[in-house]
Parts: sequence; C-alpha cells; structure tokens
Amino acid sequence: MIFEKVKERISDILGVDSDDITMDSSFIDDLGADSLDIVELIMALEEEFDIEIPDEDAERIQTVGDVVDYIKEHTDM
Amino acid sequence: MKLKGKVALITGASSGIGRAIALKFALEGAIVIVNYSGNAESAQKVVEEINSSGGICESIKCDVSNYDDVKNMIDNIIEKYNSIDILVNNAGITKDNLIMRMDVEDFDRVIDVNLKGCFNTIKCASRYMIKQKHGKIINMSSVIGITGNAGQANYAASKAGVIALTKSAAKEFASRNINVNAIAPGYIETRMTEVLNEKIKEDIIDKIPLKKAGNPEDVAKTALFLACDESNYITGQVINVDGGMVM
Repeated sequence: MIFEKVKERISDILGVDSDDITMDSSFIDDLGADSLDIVELIMALEEEFDIEIPDEDAERIQTVGDVVDYIKEHTDM
Repeated sequence: MKLKGKVALITGASSGIGRAIALKFALEGAIVIVNYSGNAESAQKVVEEINSSGGICESIKCDVSNYDDVKNMIDNIIEKYNSIDILVNNAGITKDNLIMRMDVEDFDRVIDVNLKGCFNTIKCASRYMIKQKHGKIINMSSVIGITGNAGQANYAASKAGVIALTKSAAKEFASRNINVNAIAPGYIETRMTEVLNEKIKEDIIDKIPLKKAGNPEDVAKTALFLACDESNYITGQVINVDGGMVM
C-alpha cells in the first residue's frame, strides 16, 4: 500500500514508468534523479504521508525501499 | 499583454522602484502582490491605483528579513492564487556610515533585509516554482554591489551578496525552467537617493556617460523584460541600469 503510493509520486515527479520502479531502485543510478528531484520527492512524500523527514534522514535515503521503510517506521500505516 | 494572468510578488513595492515595477506589471496583465513593511498608506495607494485602472492587486505586510513571516506570506499567496510565477526581490534599506562609525547593528540590519530577505523569499517561492516547472526571479542589486562605495560598506556588501545569490540560485534552479537574474540600478531618483545633497548629486551625474539620473520607470522596463518570455534564454545575469556609470 505504501509502496504503491510512493511509486505513484515517484512516477509523477521523475516521469518514469511506474513498472520500472522496484523496492531496489536507486533514485540516482536507476531512476535518473538529480539532487533537486530528491528534495522535491521528499517534500511531496512529507505532504502525502503527513510526516516530516529531517535533512539528516533524507540524506541517507538512496533507494525506493529506503523511503518505504522510513515511512513505515514513522507512520501507523 | 506580456504578463497576462501571471502572479507576481514584488517586495518593497509601496514606493520608488518597487512601485514602478508593480504598476508596470499590472499594466501588462499580471496579478500583482504589493509587499510592504512600514508604509501601509503608500502601499494602499499603489493597490488603489492599480485596481481603479482595471488591474488586479492586493498588498501584504511582511518584513522580508523574518523567515516565518515570509513563509506565511507566500503560503497565503499560493492558497489564494494557486501559483507564484514572478518574484521581484526589491525590498531594500540603507543605513550609511563610515566603517569606523558604523554600528554593528546597522551592518546586520542592512544585510538582513537586503540579502537575507532575498534568500527567504527565494527559499519559500522556489518550492512552488519547482513544482510548476517555471518561474522568474528578479533580484534588485545595485552598481554599488559591483564597485563598492565609501560610507556604504553594509549596503555594498549586501548588494554584492545579492549578485552571488542570484548566480547560485540560477544554477540550482535552471533545470526547472526558473530564470534568476539581477538588476543593478545606478543613480535612480527615488526616496533613497533624495537624501543626498545637491553637490553630491551633481558629482554623481557628472560621472554618468548619459549625463542624467535614471528614474524608477527605467528599472521597471528592465524588470518587465526579465519577467516576460522575451528573456527566457537569460539566467544568472546582472543587468546594469545606470546610464553607463559602471562598465
């Protein structure tokens, strides 16, 4: 469920086909994101899941799985 | 009309150059938000002038040096108009004195308004411009930020800072179709320069190749150029509007 929502936002922002997004996808290496894309994505996810992701946590996020795990840990979903 | 339906925030727009930009943008069809910090009456006059001639305009009070207030201002604009297309960072102050006599507080205050104020608005507006994938940011620098000036160490440093901020922002946001440029006015007849004595005014004009002072309208025309589609391939630049004073 979280993965589906995250996938949708990534697909919107990065303009990649959602079929190409897996838990192992690296934002930069596999999905072609630049640093501004990642900031934009983090902001979108903060809004979507009503959480705040501090910069020091955001810096550690590299793959789609990292984001999904982070959201799982920090919400009741 | 060159700015039809564009939402433009102009800081420090109750008088002088900011006011001239507000009027010019409104004539070109923009929805104009006149930001002011002290002079509510003057800001209201600008709003009335625009609204009575068929434009769309409102004023918002906000001290740009206060980040939380800036964030609120821009969030409110987005809530109401759903977009921010043009940001003009024009709010600026002077607190002139020789370095030996300049209070540290006066140094800080000028940097806070002129430089940090720009950063605050850019930080808040850019997140929306990035989402929109377009935007025009115009920062008011000064020829003093290029040449320096005795008695204006604080002002000169703030305006030089604005140039470096402009170039950095231009590089950061270029991939999102956001143009960031600066204008460096020379000697422009406004309330800020009105305080100079006649002798100094004459000396300044003598050093200007075009042999005359500029007016706010001259700066507003350049701001319009940088705000509209005609300047889409220009970013990270400083345009002097100074009658050739600095070259």
